[in-house]
Amino acid sequence: MFGFFDKLKKGLAKTHQGFVEKMDRLFLGKKTIDQDLLDELEALLYEADIGVKTTTDLIEGVRQGLKRGDLQDPEKVKTFIKEEILQILRSGEKPLSIDFASTKPFVFMVVGVNGAGKTTTIGKIAHQYSAQGKRVLIGAADTFRAAAVEQLEIWADRVGADFIKQSKGSDPSAVAFDSIQAAKARNTDLVFIDTAGRLHTKVNLMEELKKIKRIVSRECSGAPHEILLVLDATTGQNAISQAKLFHEAIGVTGIALTKLDGTAKGGIIVGITEELKIPIRYVGVGEAIDDLKEFNATDFVQALF
Amino acid sequence: MFDSLSSKLEAVFKKLRGHGKLTEQNIEEALKEVRVALLEADVNFKVVKEFIQSVQQRAIGQEVMASLTPAQQLIKIVKEEMISLMGGQEQRIQLSGSPPIPIMLVGLHGCGKTTTAAKLARHFLGMRKRPYLVPADVYRPAAIEQLQRLGEELNVEFYRPTPSQEPLEICLKAREAALKGGFDLMLIDTAGRLHIDEALMLELREIKTQIKPKEILLVADAMTGQDAVNVAKSFNERLGIDGIILTKMDGDARGGAALSIKAVTQKPIKLIGVGEKLDALEVFHPERMVSRILGMGDVLTLIEKAEAAFDEKKARELEKKIRKDSFTLEDFRDQLQQIRKMGSLESILHMIPGLPKMMKGRGELQVDDKELIHVEAIINSMTPKERANIAIINGSRRLRIAKGSGTSVQEVNRLLKQYAQARKMMKQFSKIGQKGMGRGRVPFFS
Repeated sequence: MFGFFDKLKKGLAKTHQGFVEKMDRLFLGKKTIDQDLLDELEALLYEADIGVKTTTDLIEGVRQGLKRGDLQDPEKVKTFIKEEILQILRSGEKPLSIDFASTKPFVFMVVGVNGAGKTTTIGKIAHQYSAQGKRVLIGAADTFRAAAVEQLEIWADRVGADFIKQSKGSDPSAVAFDSIQAAKARNTDLVFIDTAGRLHTKVNLMEELKKIKRIVSRECSGAPHEILLVLDATTGQNAISQAKLFHEAIGVTGIALTKLDGTAKGGIIVGITEELKIPIRYVGVGEAIDDLKEFNATDFVQALF
Repeated sequence: MFDSLSSKLEAVFKKLRGHGKLTEQNIEEALKEVRVALLEADVNFKVVKEFIQSVQQRAIGQEVMASLTPAQQLIKIVKEEMISLMGGQEQRIQLSGSPPIPIMLVGLHGCGKTTTAAKLARHFLGMRKRPYLVPADVYRPAAIEQLQRLGEELNVEFYRPTPSQEPLEICLKAREAALKGGFDLMLIDTAGRLHIDEALMLELREIKTQIKPKEILLVADAMTGQDAVNVAKSFNERLGIDGIILTKMDGDARGGAALSIKAVTQKPIKLIGVGEKLDALEVFHPERMVSRILGMGDVLTLIEKAEAAFDEKKARELEKKIRKDSFTLEDFRDQLQQIRKMGSLESILHMIPGLPKMMKGRGELQVDDKELIHVEAIINSMTPKERANIAIINGSRRLRIAKGSGTSVQEVNRLLKQYAQARKMMKQFSKIGQKGMGRGRVPFFS
């Protein structure tokens, strides 16, 4: 657990510096809380991509606290905000646990917009299970993007997973079908279905996802067991729209938040957890193969503040 | 694109229009809502602050209060300020110098550099230039293959690096090859990297020193949040950029990044990516974009697209045919093909003033481009005789056509009915006068 905390903290270091330094500077030498300070605080929350609704709620909370007189000390304001965010994020803290004895194969369907990091995330999760001695199969259902299959195949080789592909432009549902059949025949523990990146507003492409899901559940009852939405932490409020529309279309069961190693603050997950209550499964904190971690709200907030 | 931002602003302005005269308080309230709308659209917090201040200054002064139509005046100010935020005039990529002119694409992971490199190649092909693609992303698995595939698709030459080559070496060797091959431009696709990754930024700086790119373009995802300005600022400070290409503008991204980046870096947005296909790259026109944001449509782009897609000679022939009342289904098919050349129907509809707003209430402004393909398939399944004279298409012919095109008899019927109606309409038009039909315009499109 400690190792994880360090990693996350390191990954979030930039976030951490930015936010906490500013917050400390903000409260430094301040004895009382005035309107200017509230404005600055609001700015900080906005800059972390926490979003209008949550920010307004938090600031309103501070205001109420001031009125009641229990938040007169700037340090208390800081703790208050930290606690509030933690409380929201805790509801999203549901790590994935797979009962391999009863579910086999366990099927992941991985979706997201273009460039969110789906392929890389699959590689990283597959690596984790592969290292545990599980037999993993990856199905390349991104038949649209040039060289997407090749990219995934390199990952499959790297983690020692079976690989199912068809030619570019073929029907992604057919690849999904093949993958499930192959997994059953080979007694595979886990199946990952990679899908092509698509903007959530493209109705036709969302229909295609529904079809893939339909085929998967027809071929393997209960599957897909996990529909993982991959979100880029640098995304702004649009991430909420992404989560909403993907959820409406196919029912997202978990989120992986990638690219948390930049200066992006990933504050969008606060809004997403609050609004959609979709569990956050993983956070990606770097480019190396083991830089994907289970999401832990306390650690996340701890590293953030 | 920008849908939710424009509908929010629309609501704010609608409220204002109800007032005959605006008080200072009215304006302040309206601007407060504009502020929230902009923040929700991921416009950078500081940029919002400055924006609201400058609008407020102009609005509270004489300009609005003294006006007879204060709401209109305020909208005008908001529009003008937005245009100036986004850079005023459009700016193209500079192409002066001795060939091969190097252009380098940089950016974060997954922002769309490789796709954009291919789109740029196509863009320059259209300008009768010979581009050379240089894949210098040696880190992401299969990134080089991706660019090469795209190059093959476009019939554009590309450099083939050996597995041991470093990015700088690739660029140097590619330049030799481009020089020998007589190419006009070399488009360098670099690996995605974090703007704070010193080692990888150094790699870019080395390429910059050796290759001296005419333009370094930052590729940025339109869906980026508040961090967009940090990324742009950082790339600009560490490397120096000449412009920005915003990608993924075809989603519902509210494009706050578009509004902020220019303001913070003072570097212009030159092009925008508006779709997955390789022709979905447009020159960025700040003024037109603001019109789109404010829900005022973008007729200029629409006209340009139409002009590029329509064949003058064919249009004149068509006009003659309509006059003579000999417009056949074959002509109709030609028209459809021309429309499809303009891009997706959805993107076309979005440029029509007022339409996106109007359609909003009745579901999304989504049109299935496949409909057009179906219609074409139906026409293709007819015999030339049938196309010339639909009167002979009886029940059994309809069934055959439906089977041949993979559609249903109902669809065939619908098409025939629409065609008959359109012809009737054309007859009336040609009776009305000579000036009735514009060139190449599609007369019916229900």
